[in-house]
Amino acid sequence: MNRRAPEFARKDLAGKSVDLKNFRGKVVLLNFWATWCAPCQLEMPAFAAWQRQYGPDGLQVIGISMDDDATPVVGLVAKLKLNYPVLMGDANLGRQYGGVLGLPLTYLIDRDGVVRARFQGETDLKTIERRLQTILAQP
Amino acid sequence: MISYPMRRAGQLVLLALIFVCQIHLQAQFSGAASSGSAFSIPHAQLMQPEELNALLRARGVQKPFVLQVGSRVLFAQAHIPGAEFAGPGSQPAGLQLLQDKVARLPHKTLIVLYCGCCPWSRCPNVGPAYKLLLDLGFSNVKVLYIADNFGTNWVDKGFSVEQNR
Repeated sequence: MNRRAPEFARKDLAGKSVDLKNFRGKVVLLNFWATWCAPCQLEMPAFAAWQRQYGPDGLQVIGISMDDDATPVVGLVAKLKLNYPVLMGDANLGRQYGGVLGLPLTYLIDRDGVVRARFQGETDLKTIERRLQTILAQP
Repeated sequence: MISYPMRRAGQLVLLALIFVCQIHLQAQFSGAASSGSAFSIPHAQLMQPEELNALLRARGVQKPFVLQVGSRVLFAQAHIPGAEFAGPGSQPAGLQLLQDKVARLPHKTLIVLYCGCCPWSRCPNVGPAYKLLLDLGFSNVKVLYIADNFGTNWVDKGFSVEQNR
């Protein structure tokens, strides 16, 4: 917490490059999830709604699937009509973020690339949203 | 004016509809105790993290065969020392891998299953994996009770882990 978010660059499910450092100046909601994680699937439609609502204020949601295989991920992303990039994660990326050893796991990264909040497990969405609004309000 | 037989028939239809609705609602909301759920595992078959940790550290005792039935990505980051990856129990491929892992084991072997992907109430993996082992005839199967997730209930307690096996 309050440290620079570990850098990563990889392609999303659509084949587009996603490099965390390119989002400096934006607030990043980084969400680790998986298709077999029921609480994750409750959160993701809200994150898509926030991307629409807060995108003009500088929010960028990035989803990282911790599934072993991309096939079910592609299907679920289409079904949920997610409007933000989703990448496949792996153990190395998990370790970079201190170990993703339970899902969901969401980080809020400020406009300077510093991790300002971490939410592990099922979390009240209002709690995440309030924290997000606070971070978005900062220059 | 509605005749008595018609009124009676209407009451019976209404009762039947209420019964069908009740069955439907029960099916929807009793998922927590269905055979695929972690709640289907009898309490007596649960093992607490402290208990397993002590068992693994004890000398001169038979060690359990520990199998992780969650995702490979989570397993690769950290797992219980000596544990083997047996595939997610919620998926057919995972159950096949589990079956292969235990194929040569005597049915009395102490097997401990664990996942820790999600909170216990949401874990899709341990219930089906436990059921499969029972169906295969294993009689000494325990399931590690991970209330929140593997990070919180094992790693954060300072219990040993291995990586990349």
